[in-house]
Amino acid sequence: MKLGDLTELAARNLRESMLRNSLTTLGIAVGVASLVALLSLGVGLQQLVNRSVARAGLFDTVSVRPRQNTPFGQPGGGRRNALDASGIVPPRVLDDAARKEIAALPNVIEVNPEVRFTAEARHEPNTQLVMVSGMAPSSQSSGTLDGLIGSFFSGPDAEELIVQGDMAKRLLNEGQAPASLLGQQITLRFAARQALPAPSEQAASEAPNQAVGPDEEAMGFSIVPSEKVFRVVGVTPASDSGGGGVGISNAGVYLPLAVAEKLQVVQGSDLRDVSREGAAVGMRYAALNVRASSPAAVAQLETSIAHMGFTAFSLIDVTRNLRTFFAIFDLFLGIFGSLALAVASLGIVNTLVMAILERRREIGVLKALGAANRDVRQLFFVEAGVMGLMGGIFGVALGWAIGRVIHFATTVYLKRQGLNSPNIWSVPWWLVLGAIGFAVAVSLVSGIYPASRAARLDPVEALRYE
Amino acid sequence: MNVPDTPPARNGFAIRADRVSRHYRMGDALIRAVDQISLEVRPGEFLALLGASGSGKSTLLNLMAGLDRPSGGAIFAQGRDLATMTSEELATHRNQTIGIVFQSFQLLPRMTLEENVELPLRLAEIPRPERPARVKEALDRVGLGARAKHRPTELSGGEQQRAAIARALVNRPMILLADEPTGNLDSKTGDEIMNLIAGIHQPEIGEGRTIVMVTHERALAERYADRIVTLSDGGISREERLR
Repeated sequence: MKLGDLTELAARNLRESMLRNSLTTLGIAVGVASLVALLSLGVGLQQLVNRSVARAGLFDTVSVRPRQNTPFGQPGGGRRNALDASGIVPPRVLDDAARKEIAALPNVIEVNPEVRFTAEARHEPNTQLVMVSGMAPSSQSSGTLDGLIGSFFSGPDAEELIVQGDMAKRLLNEGQAPASLLGQQITLRFAARQALPAPSEQAASEAPNQAVGPDEEAMGFSIVPSEKVFRVVGVTPASDSGGGGVGISNAGVYLPLAVAEKLQVVQGSDLRDVSREGAAVGMRYAALNVRASSPAAVAQLETSIAHMGFTAFSLIDVTRNLRTFFAIFDLFLGIFGSLALAVASLGIVNTLVMAILERRREIGVLKALGAANRDVRQLFFVEAGVMGLMGGIFGVALGWAIGRVIHFATTVYLKRQGLNSPNIWSVPWWLVLGAIGFAVAVSLVSGIYPASRAARLDPVEALRYE
Repeated sequence: MNVPDTPPARNGFAIRADRVSRHYRMGDALIRAVDQISLEVRPGEFLALLGASGSGKSTLLNLMAGLDRPSGGAIFAQGRDLATMTSEELATHRNQTIGIVFQSFQLLPRMTLEENVELPLRLAEIPRPERPARVKEALDRVGLGARAKHRPTELSGGEQQRAAIARALVNRPMILLADEPTGNLDSKTGDEIMNLIAGIHQPEIGEGRTIVMVTHERALAERYADRIVTLSDGGISREERLR
């Protein structure tokens, strides 16, 4: 029998026992709904974490440091196995030449120095100790400033600040909204380098390796307090609203990178480099942030940089572990969600076995008229498949609705707690298609036994059945 | 399963049973429902299988229909041994070579008459556009063209049996097997049905189809059949040629 005829007959059979088949289909729908609701929650949480990580610029950024200055205090921090090239390539100074060399690597979009320092931020009458970070112009379009209130820096040399939401709250009086800081002035007080007077030729020849910066080459520097006034042009979302981190250098206050470089701020690496032997002449960097063209290029980039004699670090491993975690998490959610579907599949078996008993004579008639065992088997399979398809479609709709309710309830609860509610629920298209396909597959598997039993019916016995 | 009309028998018989047996085991007892029966039915012949209840006539008809398989011997239809056919081939045989009419009509109550009559065409995978004309032709022939949209429960017993005959003939089989076709009908309606079956059989009126009818009414068999074979205890006890 052709599929069209099979489907027509199956639909007719299903309509005949409307209540029972509807209840069976509803059972499948509930099973699929639980699966969809749980997996959509898992997917939503994964996307929330991914968004946070992406916002922090961790997917496509590699932090490069001289090998002595690893983030973990040992050579080859970060992805140690892949990136620790010590013993193969000697360590190098992170200077302009290295910066150009890194910038010339494939899949590198830009290379920016990392300028981070601690400063005192003053907004009368409040004063806060704050981590200040230079921000490259590319951050404006990288999506790292999602939810920014106000605007980005008007230019690379603008003496302007973007303040992190939590810091804005601390710099304002209680009850003031972070946005009220826009347009106001903040004074940053920080430790600056001041070049020492030029030493005598002899002194210079005696101590040739004291220089650490372009302005202080062969001269050294002293540390002096310095202040500068900036205008606030932007406020990033507070951390409790799903915002927070901006760029790999998470900080409380951001200023244009070019401005930060000109401040001649003392950074931790300066003090280490003063005592380092064999310092090269020219600008040296404590760290460089290298942006890759895509997260997929990060691993190769890290390896290339490590083989140049530097320590390369990205959170690619962290995100990889995160993906593994969520894969397992989703698997468990899927298993729990599938339990309901497994119970529903027993309903299909029961319904179809009942249908065989009820339609025993009909099966006999069909066989007497020329239906092969295969036709009878396929008829029951199609009936099971149709119930699975309908249950899958209704189940996805029901799961979507349950997810919306959970999301709504979560939002209301978090708002009552004074917190913003991130979106923790997502139903991607693959979940929709997968859930419907899974429901059909489970239904077909459930139909194997009843269909085989129906196909094996002896037509003579079936025709005698009253 | 879309095959042309059944070809005539190559060996000269529409149906031939060669020492065919059908035995059942019930506990320790062996029931010989059909026991070593040999029988030939010529193309275009109207054969009546007569016998008391339990004589084995319906079992023999089921063997001819391919609804049951013999325990021994062979049974040929249109020259092919049903005993050696696969279940798929037997299904094709039931769909293409024979048409069956049952005592209790066996129409599917949730389908209309035209849907019931269309069933063999669906199973034969006849193209959908061809089916309405074939169904109408079959229903018109049994005088039920106007009742096509009715369900079996809305018809009298005689009308239901006519509808069953239309269903049996819609695939244009060369052999019609009827198992007590008038058994559930009053005598007047039974006569109508028998006249209809006779019309299908007689070459000057119908297409000269082979008919094998099971009945326990001798008068009915004598009136319409060309030959009567009387069965008793699973064997042939008497054979009479009437025409």
